[in-house]
Amino acid sequence: MARMKFLCDAERCIECNGCVTACKNENEVPWGVNRRRVVTINDGVVGAEKSISVACMHCSDAPCMAVCPVDCFYRTDDGVVLHDKDLCIGCGYCFYACPFGAPQFPQAGAFGLRGKMDKCTFCAGGPEPDRSAAEFQKYGRNRLSEGKLPACAEMCSTKALLGGDGDVIADIYRERVLRRGRGSEVWGWGTAYGPGKPGAQPPQQQPSGTRS
Amino acid sequence: MKRGLLLLSALALVLGLGACGERDQVVVYKQGKYQGKPDTQPWNNEPPIAELKGGKWSKGNQASWEESIKQRQLAQHEHKRIYQ
Repeated sequence: MARMKFLCDAERCIECNGCVTACKNENEVPWGVNRRRVVTINDGVVGAEKSISVACMHCSDAPCMAVCPVDCFYRTDDGVVLHDKDLCIGCGYCFYACPFGAPQFPQAGAFGLRGKMDKCTFCAGGPEPDRSAAEFQKYGRNRLSEGKLPACAEMCSTKALLGGDGDVIADIYRERVLRRGRGSEVWGWGTAYGPGKPGAQPPQQQPSGTRS
Repeated sequence: MKRGLLLLSALALVLGLGACGERDQVVVYKQGKYQGKPDTQPWNNEPPIAELKGGKWSKGNQASWEESIKQRQLAQHEHKRIYQ
C-alpha cells in the first residue's frame, strides 16, 4: 500500500516557484492562500543559498489531526491527510500544531475573518464525490482519482520536488544522489541533457508516455 | 523510650515508602475519530478519457490503480528517461 509523500531536493531547487504557481492554478486556490511555498535560506550568498519547496507533508502521525477539536481530519488508504471543510470551524489549532505551517486560512472580509482551513490535499480532493464541482470548489482538483500525481511535483522543471509513494521516491532520490557527481551534474545539466559523449544517441524507443 | 523510637522510625519508614507510590499524573491523550463525511477511494473511479493522459486501471481494483500510479512515479526518475 502506498504512503504518499513529498521529497524536495535542496540541491536542485532553483526557487522558480513553478510548484507554487502550478498548485494555485490547478486547484484555483483563493487569493491570500498558498498551499505550497518555496523557502530560501542564505538568500543571495553565493554557494550557500538553498531553497526548498514546502507544503503539507502528510505526516504519518499528524499533529493537526491530534489537536483538531472537531476531528475533521482523516487519512486515506494512501496516507494522504485530508479534512472535511463542512466540519472545520476555522479555530486555527492545526496551524499552531503544524511544524510546517501548512494550514492556511483565507482572509475574507474587512476585519480579516478566519475562514475554513485550507491546505495541500496531495491533489486528492476531499470528502465530496470525486471529480465533482463541489469537490473542486472546496478542495481543488482530484488528480489521484485520475491516476495522476500532484501538479507541483509533475510540473517541477528540475525534478527537485518528487511526489508519490515514499518508498519509490526515496529510491529515486537515493539513486540520484549516488549517481550525481559535481558541478553541472549536481545542478542537473548533465542528467537533463545527457553526458554529451561523442556518438551518444537518443533511445530508439521512447517509454510509453503517461505524462501530461 | 526505646520502643517509642522504634515505633516512630517504623512509622517514618511506612510514610516514606508511601510517598514512593505516587501515581503517574501525565495526561493520556486519546486520538479522536474522524467525524466527517466518508470519502471515495481513487481506484473506485473510472479511469479518465485518453485525452486527459491519466492512468489506466480497472474500476475498483486497488492493485491495478497502485501499479498505474507507480509507473507515473517512476516517470520522475530522469536517469531512466534519458539516454546514457
